[in-house]
Amino acid sequence: MTIDRRSLLGGAAALPALGMMPWGSARAQANNVLKLGVLTDMSGTYRDGCGPGSVAAVRQAVQDSGVAGRNIQVEVLQGDHQNKPDVASTIARQWIDRDGVDVIIDVATSSCALAVHGVVKEKNKIMLNSTGATADLTGPACHGNTIHWTYDTWMLANSTGGAMVKAGGDTWFFITADYAFGHALERDTGDLVRKQGGRVLGSVRHPFPGTTDFSSFLLQAQQSRAKVVGLANAGVDTINSVKQAAEFGLTRRQKLAVLLMIVSDVHSLGLNTAQGLVLSETYYWDLNDRTRNLANKLKGPLNGAMPTMWQAGCYSAALHYLKAAADMGVAQAKASGLETVTRMKAMPTDDDAFGPGSIRQDGRKLHPSYLFEVKAPGESKGPWDYYKLVRTVPAEEAFRPMAEGSCSLVRT
Amino acid sequence: MLEELLFQLEMSAPQIVLGLVNGAFYALLSLGLAVIFGMLNVINFAHGAQFMMGAFVAWMLLNWAGIPYWGALILSPLIVGVFGVILERTMISRLYKLDHLYGLLLTFGLALIIEGLFRNQFGSSGLPYAPPAALTGAPLDLGFMMLPKYRVWVVVAAFAVCIATWLVIEKTRLGAYLRAATENAPLVQAFGVNVPRMVTLTYAAGVGLAALAGVLAAPIYSVNPGMGSNFIITVFAVVVIGGMGSILGSVITGFGLGLVEGLTRVIYPEASATVIFVIMAIVLLARPAGLFGRA
Repeated sequence: MTIDRRSLLGGAAALPALGMMPWGSARAQANNVLKLGVLTDMSGTYRDGCGPGSVAAVRQAVQDSGVAGRNIQVEVLQGDHQNKPDVASTIARQWIDRDGVDVIIDVATSSCALAVHGVVKEKNKIMLNSTGATADLTGPACHGNTIHWTYDTWMLANSTGGAMVKAGGDTWFFITADYAFGHALERDTGDLVRKQGGRVLGSVRHPFPGTTDFSSFLLQAQQSRAKVVGLANAGVDTINSVKQAAEFGLTRRQKLAVLLMIVSDVHSLGLNTAQGLVLSETYYWDLNDRTRNLANKLKGPLNGAMPTMWQAGCYSAALHYLKAAADMGVAQAKASGLETVTRMKAMPTDDDAFGPGSIRQDGRKLHPSYLFEVKAPGESKGPWDYYKLVRTVPAEEAFRPMAEGSCSLVRT
Repeated sequence: MLEELLFQLEMSAPQIVLGLVNGAFYALLSLGLAVIFGMLNVINFAHGAQFMMGAFVAWMLLNWAGIPYWGALILSPLIVGVFGVILERTMISRLYKLDHLYGLLLTFGLALIIEGLFRNQFGSSGLPYAPPAALTGAPLDLGFMMLPKYRVWVVVAAFAVCIATWLVIEKTRLGAYLRAATENAPLVQAFGVNVPRMVTLTYAAGVGLAALAGVLAAPIYSVNPGMGSNFIITVFAVVVIGGMGSILGSVITGFGLGLVEGLTRVIYPEASATVIFVIMAIVLLARPAGLFGRA
């Protein structure tokens, strides 16, 4: 190929124009586009509870927020952190530095949540955490750029653990996932048991992820002779634990406390195995007209499955963020994560997932939590009809009192 | 002192039994890998995915065709074995002349694709699969522990299959052909044996063993797309410790490492996922060909 002088000159002349086109418009656009990144487990043990369903929930929130009518553009990105904190913080940094993402939503797996929690503080962006459970996000690790939305380990301990102790389960043995979430859940539940006069006889920590056989751990729980065996794990780990506990006849003499179990886990276990389990959630599709309304909207994108509380939390969080951002103006919302979160805290929340609620100074979103019992196969009227409501814990009691969290944002 | 020792023994005895159950799965899976590597020189990284397919096919047979567990125990390995034949004929056979690494990369890629497809279709939390009625009910009371009947069956079945495979390869005419073809394929072919067909069927048999392990595992673990990848890394360590391609080595090491892992779960549970790799590192340093391998 030969290059003559004319084409070379022509090419050179076209260069500045070329440079103007895509970059120029992208930069101009970036100022009125809100970018929401859903960072979650798309392929591992928690995928069915969050994963693609969380992305669908956030998209639904964008549609329901009505921001399109106010000439605000919203872009939703998705990322798979594979439950690895290093991958999570790398994606978070890339999103913020390269793609101009303003809010990171969901962030399943407490260890990943804590990693992203640090990144958004450093970059003055926002994390709205739905699936991560560790109560440290609004405790010692708290800061003004994160809101912890759906639930936390303290709430689970208080609701499920509290109910088990009240029912006479005063000696406990824990089977714990060996990472930030499991540790936090074991700690919070253990504290509660001791506070109510019970005793923790011991615990065993299993590697995460990658443990499939829980029989050795269940056997140690059996040998402990504790009245209650607390499962401080989640997702496929809990499913396998419950399945194998039934196999080993553990439930004949001891009670199983599934400290974190969500509706998709029950679906996977089947009612035959799961019946009678007591668990806590903040959203269940069949609670009232509003929750059913949200479930109907999300059923399609979820291939007929009902949304979990994790996914409902992503919906609710994205919706509230968009309201606040539209209220304060896109440019301002993009400029400072801290300011936007402050605005979000000042506004009351209201949506189909959790009804009316509020956000506390320490970043804790408040709404009621529910204690459910899993139905027996005969009681279930159809697919996904899994829970009986045992007790509603009002928003003020559901979460850890702010003074006890040792969060530095709380002014006393 | 004696009392403490007795207490330790009482704590450990059940773990040894459970270790045997896990060892049964390790043995079955590493047996298939050893057969494939020994005869084909292919490091079959898709073995975990084929194990998972075995479990899923059992689930499909039950839910879509009403065929119960016992039928699935025979049909599922056959179906997944046919899939293995297709894989070997269309893809893997093209790589025999190349370095091991190519086979490893191809099968690894296939494993990721297969798992991804199942995950897309069935999600990640898994599907329920009940053990057969004959093996459910109250667990056996061994005095020092309760052992579910189904787990006893798994150990017995796995042990029987391992012995049968070893006998076929070491004691029958077919096994002799196979071993001869491994040593010198052109010569065996010159005697009129159809070596390529034999190789294909060997691969299918290895894959079938993985699928059989999958069916055995279905009632214990949740049938989910990730179930194979959780096992496969450990199983590779087992094969390496036993000696690549050594049938007897893989069986003995499989059961043995199951025991070691079980004991670690009592002594220091956090290390139970790593203990096998620590042993692997030590064995590789001391005996690079593995415990039962020929250098």
